[in-house]
Amino acid sequence: MKKVVEGSYGIADAVRCCSPDVISVYPITPQTHIVEHISEFVAGGKLDCEYINVESEHSSLSSLIGASAAGARTYTSTTSQGLALMFEVLFNVSGMRLPIVMTTVNRALSAPLSIWNDQQDAMAAREAGWIQIYAENVQEAIDLTPQLYKISEDPEILTPSMACMDGFILTHVYEPVEFLDIEKVREFLPPYRPEDVLDPNDPKTFGAFADPSWFTEFRYLQFQAMERAKNKIAQVSKEFEEVFGRGYGGLIDTYSMEDAEIALVTMGSVVGTVKEAIDGLRSEGVKVGLVKIRSYRPFPEEELKEALKDANVIATIEKDVSIGYESALLTDLKAAFYNSPIRVPIVGFAAGLGGRDIGIKDIRSIVERASRVKDSGIEAEFEIFGVKRECL
Amino acid sequence: MEESLFAPGHRACAGCGMPTAVKLVLDAAGPNTIVASPTGCLEVTSTPFPESSWRVPWVHSLFENAAAVASGVEVALKRFKKTDINVLVIGGDGSTFDIGFGAISGMFDRGHRITYVCYDNEAYMNTGVQRSASTPFCAKTTTTPTGKMSLGNPRPKKDMPAIAVAHGVPYVATASIAYPVDLRRKVKMSLSADGPAYIQVNAPCITGWSFEAGDAIEQSRLAVDTCLLPLIEYVDGVLVGVKKVRRKRPVEDYLKTQGRYRHLFKVEGGAEVIAQIQAMADANAEKFGLLD
Repeated sequence: MKKVVEGSYGIADAVRCCSPDVISVYPITPQTHIVEHISEFVAGGKLDCEYINVESEHSSLSSLIGASAAGARTYTSTTSQGLALMFEVLFNVSGMRLPIVMTTVNRALSAPLSIWNDQQDAMAAREAGWIQIYAENVQEAIDLTPQLYKISEDPEILTPSMACMDGFILTHVYEPVEFLDIEKVREFLPPYRPEDVLDPNDPKTFGAFADPSWFTEFRYLQFQAMERAKNKIAQVSKEFEEVFGRGYGGLIDTYSMEDAEIALVTMGSVVGTVKEAIDGLRSEGVKVGLVKIRSYRPFPEEELKEALKDANVIATIEKDVSIGYESALLTDLKAAFYNSPIRVPIVGFAAGLGGRDIGIKDIRSIVERASRVKDSGIEAEFEIFGVKRECL
Repeated sequence: MEESLFAPGHRACAGCGMPTAVKLVLDAAGPNTIVASPTGCLEVTSTPFPESSWRVPWVHSLFENAAAVASGVEVALKRFKKTDINVLVIGGDGSTFDIGFGAISGMFDRGHRITYVCYDNEAYMNTGVQRSASTPFCAKTTTTPTGKMSLGNPRPKKDMPAIAVAHGVPYVATASIAYPVDLRRKVKMSLSADGPAYIQVNAPCITGWSFEAGDAIEQSRLAVDTCLLPLIEYVDGVLVGVKKVRRKRPVEDYLKTQGRYRHLFKVEGGAEVIAQIQAMADANAEKFGLLD
């Protein structure tokens, strides 16, 4: 039975169902409601775990390093500046192969200060060795939580992961959702039993330094694990569907792509708006479809090529800018096609920065521009969409 | 003799004070112990992959987060009902006084049962003797060099033990590698405290302080005997223990044996600085009642 709840409550409940041993939290808008709800569960005896309030995001993730190395299943969540403060810890966690799961609420990075949604924070951390999966809606963010533990804790993967969800748009929205059943989650997600833990009966050294004769091999093994994660993400998604009846595809999902001439590629909550825009455009005879990226890291290169090979033009819509060279998803997508025989023009739009709404008319405008590329070639590969030039 | 929990073969300089401090601390804590260390001399000299000097479980993450990492270890042990295991941090003064200060404050504030041991060599030695907040007044470092406009570090040493006491930390002590029995006792005391503990162990650095190899313990003894290093002990904020100095020596005896203070005996204004340092030692003797 579906219940209407705030997105953050849904996530807190999903975390509860995953039975973490240690949760470490630090407040930051718009992630705060998640940890407030979790603390209520702990205070009310609904979640039996060790819960600590720490003095910074740097320490929230750092404390989970100690807890995870001691064999605990761990959780934290953050956003924006908090994620930026964690930056060196992110690399450290993945290098130590600790399967920490974190909800990354997506929010713009200062300056100027903005508490509103875009995806610059997580995109800036794409090299950090974390699996990044972007949720379209609250239900997907809920369902991702146990899936990510299962993926990250797999002995073949041992890679941390973040469930990315758009700040406010998903954290503060009230949506009808299906809660997870804790018994079913237990059936789906085995207990975490790592082979290597901090144990005085079998003393091991964690976090040794590697000189140039070893460092490359550590990175190579991480890279291999991330490659293996591609199959694992798809497999776990299927397993989840078998137990819970809700499927999300694998690394990507598609919408109206069968005969699409114009293909949009995006991720996160804007997917819902894009689908609605496509429905309208389709009824007017415009052959437009969507590829939704679920897993941004690992990057679904093969799946994207397969899904997009018959399009006449591809347009990315993303909420981040790499100041100095277009936007990250656009660059990655072009790179995926470069050595393939498929030749499709690709253009990209940075939109929705700092919480500016992306509406159906904006999607229609982007489709209109992509359509012009189809007919008369590329004028501009990349554009920051919706700039109020008259004010500048 | 029992095998030390800190194995030989580490890469610390011959005659370094730090491994002596670590051995004494670990052997007092015993094998039922987990240690977290920040980045620094101890970490790089003890764990060049695939080797390790640690015969207890040990974890290193970053420079400023050892107190947070240890906090996570401690709560995980609580979760697994293994609260009989000792949790220690062993880190240098750079990570303790400076970059990891916020995380230590958090660890103290949350009341974790962790003994935080700072091996204090009074500068960033691993990166090549740069000034930390633990560097004493007018010591020369590579970032507080001496010159026409400088007599070395312009600031006195930060009072970390007092800061720990101000957090309500139940056990706070200073110690020296020159007094191993006292250090071992303090480690054992700290492990029975109901909450966090802070122990600051003076551990002279040959290259950073510039003294004769083999003199580390003597240097630390001189620091105590001049009253520049009061060996003190607080339980629940109350000063309960003071190591008395039988024959107080002038600070010159300490300063003149170290390259980092050599300029004070050569340049104009040096004598005034030595007098100021003597006044600091005298103030310590007075404040803590170091003399009979």
